[in-house]
Amino acid sequence: MALEKHVFGGIDIPGNTDIKVYEEHGGYKNWKNVLQNKMQPEEVIEVVKASGLRGRGGAGFPTGLKWSFVPKGTDKPKFLLCNADESEPGTFKDREILEKDPHQLIEGMAIAAYAFGAQTAYVYLRGEFVKGWKMVEAAIAQAREAGYLGENIFGSGFNLEMYTHRGAGAYICGEETALIESLEGKRGMPRIKPPFPAVEGFYRNPTVVNNVETLAAVPKIIENGAEWYRQWGTEKSPGTKLWSVCGHVERPGVYEVPLGYPMKKFFEEDLGGCWKGRKLKAVIPGGSSVFTMTPDEFLACDMDYESIVEHGSMLGSGGMIIMDETTCMVEMAQVIATFYHHESCGQCTPCREGTGWVHKMITDIEAGQPQPGVKDLLFDVMDEMFGTTICPLSDSIVMPIKSMMEKFPEEFDYYIREGKSMITGKTRMAHKRIDDKPNVYRRGEPFNYPKAENFTTSFDTVAHETPEHEMPDLRYFRKVNG
Amino acid sequence: MAYQLSPENQERVQQISKRYPHARSGILPALHIVMAESGWVSKDACDHVAELLSVPKIYVYEALTFYTYFPQKPVGKYHVQVCHGISCNLRGSEDTIRYLKEKHGLKEGEVTEDGLFCLDRVECLGACGNAPMMQVNDDYFEDLTEEKIDELFDGWRKAAGNGHK
Ligand SMILES: Cc1cc2nc3c(=O)[nH]c(=O)nc-3n(C[C@H](O)[C@H](O)[C@H](O)COP(=O)(O)O)c2cc1C
Ligand code: SF4
Ligand code: FES
Repeated sequence: MALEKHVFGGIDIPGNTDIKVYEEHGGYKNWKNVLQNKMQPEEVIEVVKASGLRGRGGAGFPTGLKWSFVPKGTDKPKFLLCNADESEPGTFKDREILEKDPHQLIEGMAIAAYAFGAQTAYVYLRGEFVKGWKMVEAAIAQAREAGYLGENIFGSGFNLEMYTHRGAGAYICGEETALIESLEGKRGMPRIKPPFPAVEGFYRNPTVVNNVETLAAVPKIIENGAEWYRQWGTEKSPGTKLWSVCGHVERPGVYEVPLGYPMKKFFEEDLGGCWKGRKLKAVIPGGSSVFTMTPDEFLACDMDYESIVEHGSMLGSGGMIIMDETTCMVEMAQVIATFYHHESCGQCTPCREGTGWVHKMITDIEAGQPQPGVKDLLFDVMDEMFGTTICPLSDSIVMPIKSMMEKFPEEFDYYIREGKSMITGKTRMAHKRIDDKPNVYRRGEPFNYPKAENFTTSFDTVAHETPEHEMPDLRYFRKVNG
Repeated sequence: MAYQLSPENQERVQQISKRYPHARSGILPALHIVMAESGWVSKDACDHVAELLSVPKIYVYEALTFYTYFPQKPVGKYHVQVCHGISCNLRGSEDTIRYLKEKHGLKEGEVTEDGLFCLDRVECLGACGNAPMMQVNDDYFEDLTEEKIDELFDGWRKAAGNGHK
């Protein structure tokens, strides 16, 4: 039996990007009901909390709880930001919603904004998603026209404006505080937390950042109730999740799967196994930032947050990368390292330097020209990079690569020893060879990074001091606030 | 003469910047408009944007040099950006890049002599399920095969030959 879409069925309805089609299928009914039945914001939050919906952007943080952190009774404007920056290699689920069902996202955003009192919402899309951007723009215009957005919606006294904002090719802007910086027109560099965005986010106002999939699930949960959503999934991971599957697989694509579904069944029956009848070699299950799994680990786990952790990886964003027996793991490690080196924002030394070193060292292995002891040095550098930085990008290069080196050590040893790949027999990066001598790195004393509590300055005041000329003009937002 | 957006686009930049509490947020939207109008972003254009938004020039330079989506030099009529991310690599993006270079004479980071094409490698474009893939200007082209590439390039060359150069 093929998997059915329960929450995101709208993706498969032709023409659903048009508001008429969306309304015919019950669209915006929930938003209307919330306002007309005078459902209280607290009630909305309670339903979402009870449903157990967790953030689908990668961290899996309970969504209702996140909304409840926004302070009440403040006169600051509040903001809802939809994270549509989707740039994690292997992840392409949000794109489906943006391009094929944008109204469900807008309806979810409206309900979310109402729940914690935001009157302005932005959809931050990665710049490359031109089509998705046009779809969302058009959908917002239609929704506004139809009176679902704007001032005094359905006479409820609630105002909501919604805009799109395009990023411009920086993966790091998917990190929520980097996204906020980027939305402020700055370089997308993550902030030190606390303060968390719910308290001090966009221009230092209370802000919630949620993933596209998280927000788009909200209308159905409000419509059918928490119990309905909980009929799928496990106690700790309720509901369904979109998985994007790619790589050496027979049927790549986006699938809605109940959490806790057996991975073996999913892989063999729904995905049709590896392509070309080949054997499975390794899987990265949650976007390229998580631990690599061996076939045994992979096929034994269930598709929920807890089970995947138990079997040695993480659910992450649900971007599943399948690798068959012809894959050279050293090459994969090099490709992953290239990505993170390119995307490091550069403000933390362990990440800026570390991603560069790891990239260079693995490239040298692939050029057949590693320095002696390169393997130990790689592990050393990666250990220093882990958990020592402002955001988890630094960890994100360590997790897949370190696990590859641990789970497929013979391939790395072979490449280092023989100067060519054990799988393909080639030296892929031969053109990167500098001369015939091995590269030598200068190796310093191990450095102990100071722990945050040992700093004498307070980050709250230093990192977030906004120069006078940069203080936002809040008059406009006060006006909207009434 | 110093770079200027068309009057309509200047007006658009002004309007969009009002969507935010501070005009600085209007920098990225403004740069997108510059890019749509002229294909790339020059220093002159940055100065112009700074003036339009009344923000210090350095804010605009800072943004331009961080965000790789904005080319800082001309990129030809068709900016070919091939994804070389992990999923595309698994499904043959390196062969795609080689084919583009060998068969169609593209060079990485360089505009071809006829001014039509410029090839760049980019990181994951969020279309991994249909790998290998590339972005050309605003559009995605997915599930690439050699035949598909030939067809696309023939089309573009023809369009250019018909006086679109
Ligand atoms: C380096 C990095 C990249 C991220 N990229 C994305 C992204 O592209 N899309 C996304 O929704 N979340 C991304 N996140 C997670 C966000 O920081 C944040 O947790 C998420 O948007 C919160 O939404 P949620 O609670 O609905 O999941 C990223 C995090 C990190 C550390
Ligand atoms: S860990 Fe890397 S990407 Fe994250 S803030 Fe530090 S330097 Fe930037
Ligand atoms: S890796 Fe190429 S689109 Fe994701």
